[in-house]
Amino acid sequence: MPILHTVNKSPFERDSLDSAIRHALKGSSVMLYEDGVYGAMKGTAFADKVSGAMKDVSFYVLGPDLKARGIDESKLIDGVKVVDYSGFVQLTVDNDKVSAWT
Amino acid sequence: MSDIKNFLYLNRRAPYGTVYAWESLEVVLIGAAFEQDVSLAFVDDGVYQIMKGQDTSGLGIKNFSPTYSALGDYDVQKIYVEKESLDARGLTVEDLLDLKYEDEDDDWAEKDSIKVVSAEELAKLMDESDVVLSF
Amino acid sequence: MKFVIQVNEGPYNHEASTSALNFVRAALDAGHEVFRVFFYHDGVNNSTRYTTPPQDDLHIVNTWSELASKHDLDLVVCVAAAQRRGIVDEGEQERNGKDGNNIAPGFRISGLGQLVEGCIQADRLMVFGD
Repeated sequence: MPILHTVNKSPFERDSLDSAIRHALKGSSVMLYEDGVYGAMKGTAFADKVSGAMKDVSFYVLGPDLKARGIDESKLIDGVKVVDYSGFVQLTVDNDKVSAWT
Repeated sequence: MSDIKNFLYLNRRAPYGTVYAWESLEVVLIGAAFEQDVSLAFVDDGVYQIMKGQDTSGLGIKNFSPTYSALGDYDVQKIYVEKESLDARGLTVEDLLDLKYEDEDDDWAEKDSIKVVSAEELAKLMDESDVVLSF
Repeated sequence: MKFVIQVNEGPYNHEASTSALNFVRAALDAGHEVFRVFFYHDGVNNSTRYTTPPQDDLHIVNTWSELASKHDLDLVVCVAAAQRRGIVDEGEQERNGKDGNNIAPGFRISGLGQLVEGCIQADRLMVFGD
């Protein structure tokens, strides 16, 4: 019963991304939005943790929140998929339930 | 026709610094009337909510920690505390409130509500729930 | 799919309310049902009709009211959280002896049971917070 874990805080501000990853079982997904999109950028102190988790967990990032923050898609960790709000809605439908890590 | 869902209340905040701990507890208490299958999970700074010995008299605000001890009366019998969160904070179950419930299936024997679980065990519990409430 | 949405933060201070607005719009556009939007903690501050944001910025409160009107949404403000934060409708004004009320169109004040009931009735709970 896969969960969609949502993370809306920067990993530098809050341990929410860390906690979400720690509780994401194989086959689940993580949705980064609001300030959580910073966790999708390559070259940060958290990038290896995200890349490592991607072996078992799918990572998504909200396009409008990236654009708002001036983050070009070329700056994202390989394999993180960009979705818009309709994609975000679809992810909540495709997964069994949502767990919000605020 | 069973409308009973497995509710997991995810608590990750320390008490008093923000209102989330108290206001999430209010949902649990009101929610008891709906007779769903309720579990509480204390993770990250949420473990601080159930530390014993809280005394707010110096701040002039309400000490709501006694309410946790009443949870058994509200049919909340499953209180999961994450071991990794305790360890990171130098805490053990001895630092926590002694939360109990009376098991109606065992002649009302008093039992411990708190179960210390690993992150992986908690992840599986979350997976088995129907709805995860976070505050 | 039937959604219940929980909004835990007020307008402007956090992105939560605008994220919830955008999510609700996308869900409705995709043909899903939004069973209820429940405003809790500082989220109740999304329901005061006295905000005056700059003209060139999003009017969050009015956007919720308009969305509710257009799609017949049930916007519920938690009574306990509202009382703590000074969100008042006519009933609360009378009950608590206040000299006015401030609730915006489309919102109604009710109990926490509405959130729990929403979680029972809906297929998905979405929480937007800090």
